[in-house]
Amino acid sequence: MEATLEKQQLAVGTVAQEPARNGENPDAFISIKGLNKTFRSKDKSVEVLKDIDLEIARGDIYGIMGFSGAGKSTLLRCLNRLEEPDSGSIDIGETEITGLSHKQLLAFRQKLGMIFQQFNLLEARTVRGNVSFPLEVAGVANPARDRRVDDILKLVELSDRANFYPGQLSGGQKQRVGIARALANEPVVLLSDEATSALDPQIALSVLDLLIDINRKLGLTIVVVTHQIEVIKYACNNVAVLEDGRIVERGTVSDVLSAPQSKTMRVFMKVNSKFSDEAWLEGAGI
Amino acid sequence: MNDFITLMQKTFSNDTWQVIAPAIEDTLFMLVWSTLLMAIFGLVLGAVLFLTRPDGLAPLRVFNAIFGALINALRSLPSMVIIILTLPLAKFIIGKSYGPGAVIIALALTCIPMFARMVESSFLEVPRGKIEAARSIGARNHQVLLKVIIPEALPSLIRAFSIAVIAVISVTALAGFFGGGGLGDVAVRFGYNRFLTHMMVASVLALIILVEIVQLGGDIWERYVVKKRHL
Repeated sequence: MEATLEKQQLAVGTVAQEPARNGENPDAFISIKGLNKTFRSKDKSVEVLKDIDLEIARGDIYGIMGFSGAGKSTLLRCLNRLEEPDSGSIDIGETEITGLSHKQLLAFRQKLGMIFQQFNLLEARTVRGNVSFPLEVAGVANPARDRRVDDILKLVELSDRANFYPGQLSGGQKQRVGIARALANEPVVLLSDEATSALDPQIALSVLDLLIDINRKLGLTIVVVTHQIEVIKYACNNVAVLEDGRIVERGTVSDVLSAPQSKTMRVFMKVNSKFSDEAWLEGAGI
Repeated sequence: MNDFITLMQKTFSNDTWQVIAPAIEDTLFMLVWSTLLMAIFGLVLGAVLFLTRPDGLAPLRVFNAIFGALINALRSLPSMVIIILTLPLAKFIIGKSYGPGAVIIALALTCIPMFARMVESSFLEVPRGKIEAARSIGARNHQVLLKVIIPEALPSLIRAFSIAVIAVISVTALAGFFGGGGLGDVAVRFGYNRFLTHMMVASVLALIILVEIVQLGGDIWERYVVKKRHL
């Protein structure tokens, strides 16, 4: 079954095998250029994203890091246009996301899985029903749909929970259902919006292991938004750091962590080292 | 004390039942039809209110404001006024302006705007994240509404529905006064005008039992749904 998933994934992948549209970087699978986004309300406007340029290679696990309000979730949500950018362009594979009509966008969203901090499962549906939902939306008819659900539930190791309701599951299991739902339509990219932030550390770790596993098995490109440096360290190959809506630092995780340039990253590292400093922990009564 | 016993005997006597039984039938007739209309139109209008909100799935700011104002205007009219206003309409549609059938339009018109607002507020209780998750999958608005919002809001919708049905019952009693017949009519004509206290007591008891049954039914239904989902 994993073999079939892999094959389907590759089939999807070949569509976008050609070099990126402008031919600047043939490795870039996701390419963001000059992206701007401003939130406007009656009395004020906040520039959330300022002139973002970002390239993410196929099959990468790419981290986007930053403090609350730095704009990282907004950036992620621009990728499937849950948030409409004001200007700039986003290409995923061959497709210019920012140029799609509403109808085309709905169709393309089926190829972009997304998982959330609060899981956002449907309480009215069983695990099977939740994973089946995106397939219903995509118009997959039933014998094939059930087969597909069975396959994915096996992949996330929840086959024995198929007829449970989300209310009967632990946080980690809920996120596995979220991942299964995101994978149902064989996406080319998985967007993870603080997916492990609401979980206990050991559960978060197992969810990250699952994401890494999926990345290896399916060659799926994963974009991980997080404020947890451990997540970046553990799961990501590359990272971009956002500060007040700008990318202030980017590179391989080992480079960025060994020589952090931005204020954000230095603060993260300092806090992180404080937390692992036993003398300090003892002093703080932890 | 003796008075009380005589009253009770009269209240539960066969003669009283002869009057009350057909009245219950009339009340149920009005209740079922106006509830049906209320449920259908209330759900549709509530969904329209919800979808067209400025922050909704299909924002139509101006339409929503006008439509909301219309709903509010209808809600602000006393039921009595709506009944009087719609009786000519009933004559036009069903050919007579008295009897249980004639007041159904009035009953529905009184309760639809209220139920529409209740439906809207039930829908608003569905966490935005779930709607977002559905949108991230590529769901169209009608799929979000039918597959996410209505099922997720179901327990809250059931609660709203029982409250609304009980409101219908109380308006049927009022409608009885305007020729609708039913328990309200009995209470007024026999209990109030002719000082037949036992008739008043009997019709009030029947109304109370009706309301309790509706509330109990709603509670059981809601609990069943909540339990099934392990919420």
